[in-house]
Amino acid sequence: MSILIDKNTKVITQGITGATGLFHAQGARDYGTQMVGGVTPGKGGSEIDGFPIYNTVEEAVRATGATASVIYVPPIGSADAIMEAVDAELDLVICITEGVPVLDMVKVKQYMQGKKTRLVGPNCPGVITPGQCKIGIMPGYIHKPGPVGVVSRSGTLTYEAVWQLTTRDIGQTTCVGIGGDPVNGTSHLDVLKMFEADPDTKSVIMIGEIGGDAEEKAAEYVRDHMTKPVAAFIAGATAPAGKRMGHAGAIISGGKGDAASKKAFLRECGISVADSPAEMAEALLKVWQP
Amino acid sequence: MNIHEYQAKAILRNFGVPVPEGHVVYNSNSARDWARRLGDGPWAVKAQIHAGGRGKGGGVKIAKTPDEVKQYARDMFGMTLVTHQTGPEGKVVKRVLIEQGCNIADEFYVSFLVDRATSKVTLMASAEGGMDIEEVAAKTPEKLFFEAIDPVVGLTAFQARKVAFKLGFAIPQVKQAVPLLQDLYKSFVEADCSLLEINPLVQTADGKLLCLDAKLNFDDNALFRHIRIRDLRDYDEEDPMEIEASQYDLSYIALDGNIGCMVNGAGLAMATMDIIKHYGGEPANFLDVGGGATIERVTEAFKIILSDTKVKGILVNIFGGIMKCDVIATGVIEAAKQVGVKVPLVVRLEGTNVEMGKKLLAESGLNIVSADGMADAAEKIVKAVNG
Repeated sequence: MSILIDKNTKVITQGITGATGLFHAQGARDYGTQMVGGVTPGKGGSEIDGFPIYNTVEEAVRATGATASVIYVPPIGSADAIMEAVDAELDLVICITEGVPVLDMVKVKQYMQGKKTRLVGPNCPGVITPGQCKIGIMPGYIHKPGPVGVVSRSGTLTYEAVWQLTTRDIGQTTCVGIGGDPVNGTSHLDVLKMFEADPDTKSVIMIGEIGGDAEEKAAEYVRDHMTKPVAAFIAGATAPAGKRMGHAGAIISGGKGDAASKKAFLRECGISVADSPAEMAEALLKVWQP
Repeated sequence: MNIHEYQAKAILRNFGVPVPEGHVVYNSNSARDWARRLGDGPWAVKAQIHAGGRGKGGGVKIAKTPDEVKQYARDMFGMTLVTHQTGPEGKVVKRVLIEQGCNIADEFYVSFLVDRATSKVTLMASAEGGMDIEEVAAKTPEKLFFEAIDPVVGLTAFQARKVAFKLGFAIPQVKQAVPLLQDLYKSFVEADCSLLEINPLVQTADGKLLCLDAKLNFDDNALFRHIRIRDLRDYDEEDPMEIEASQYDLSYIALDGNIGCMVNGAGLAMATMDIIKHYGGEPANFLDVGGGATIERVTEAFKIILSDTKVKGILVNIFGGIMKCDVIATGVIEAAKQVGVKVPLVVRLEGTNVEMGKKLLAESGLNIVSADGMADAAEKIVKAVNG
């Protein structure tokens, strides 16, 4: 098993005729993902590299039976694309696009109230269940199927953690990049709950960043409810206060959300915290053996 | 993006928010002229830099005569103002705001920001105006009031009223506060702010509410739909290297250390800084070359890192996913040749086509130290720099 996606997941790509959308749709298809088509308004009825194109998400869902969508639409249209996917009642929408205005996401979150769709992102690498389904921009070959769940706000730092596991011959159930923006669809906490409920996930690596208190909320859940061992790393110990480090989320002001206090709280909650990003897999192996 | 106080007040004035009459000046003579035009004194003379805490550093003065206005402005122009937000190097004053003074009866704090926990814009207010609000939050959190705002209906009158009564306003002030808070919210949303802060909001001796100071930060991701706001950017307030980097879509932030970093991805870039520190070094910068780095961008990144004279060594840490390691290696070699890297250079490559990349670096004839993994890379560069 896995969380969010598996070999049966049928995926459409919103923004498939853009260079980025097509490139990653092809990459996902090569990995074995059921990439069943794409949406580009105005180009419905045509095809691109074997992918059928539809004008609307609703139409694409009806024709293909897709249950998930991945969004590569530019920032100006991302919020609209997410809402269209929610309206079409997809189970899962993954928004890869970086640079979506925060207030657009505030509206999207309100729009999603009471709807069935789960959103991952924006500004994220995507989700992969190794060996079964890859939705997003991560390099597939660094992953391998296995028992560890990985959840992270960052892209390349997630690859780093995954690689540390894979090179130690430890595989992953599902790796979820939730994205670095302050307002996003899925939190660390949401993903931890899913990993806890997934029988095949035996342990978890959680990668956080400075700013906000999402990692602390997740840690409280680990302390109070989680039966599986969790290791963590918090990036940004050296980041100066008040500066934005690429991720809009990674900003600390007034001493709140800094790395030291986050790490201390995570440790109090029983999480094995790596002091160095090179030791994420080792931190997990301290509390769990495959 | 940040703007100056006088620019923020101009935006708020357009939304009907009460702010003092004032004008920005660039020399002390026009400071005096504008003081006269604004009417009777006293006047506030306020240094315009992108940082708070100006008053304590001598950047805010009250003048009783136009000549005093001129004198204070003359003192301020060219002065390096150091506040708790500027860093020890401070900021040079090039613009001064002359404003009509007022008699302050009481001071309040009001701000709007996006709360990650609720995913909503939130109004935050306190009767402890003029104070450092982070201190209020830490010591007396019960004195802070919050209202989460529904993005569809906006800030309702009853919410504004609730806050106004909690702040202790009398009825005449409550009646002013409701439209004032609603207009502030409207400004926040329509200008795509990430922070709108009024500290202090004052009640004058004759019972009027007035935004005496105003701070607006904007969501960089939304600037594409605000050409006029984009034009307010003051390059004098920014690090020249950060400006240079932004022109090449490089995300760069200067720091105080001596090990330059070039990394792909913001999270990995932060983690790279952390691991340098972990092994006893100090990072000179944060630099994310992004996912689609070309030879040109890698070269520019090298130039920017090396233009920082503090840099005594460079660590390149790339986890190639979509980006192929051989392409990055070629970029690094090209850049090193073009720019002439004279400091130790440690390169850690991982991911797609890593063997080809390592081979290219080894055969380049350049003095590049190859590293296996982040820990090895950090140890090697710290050792090379610190000896």
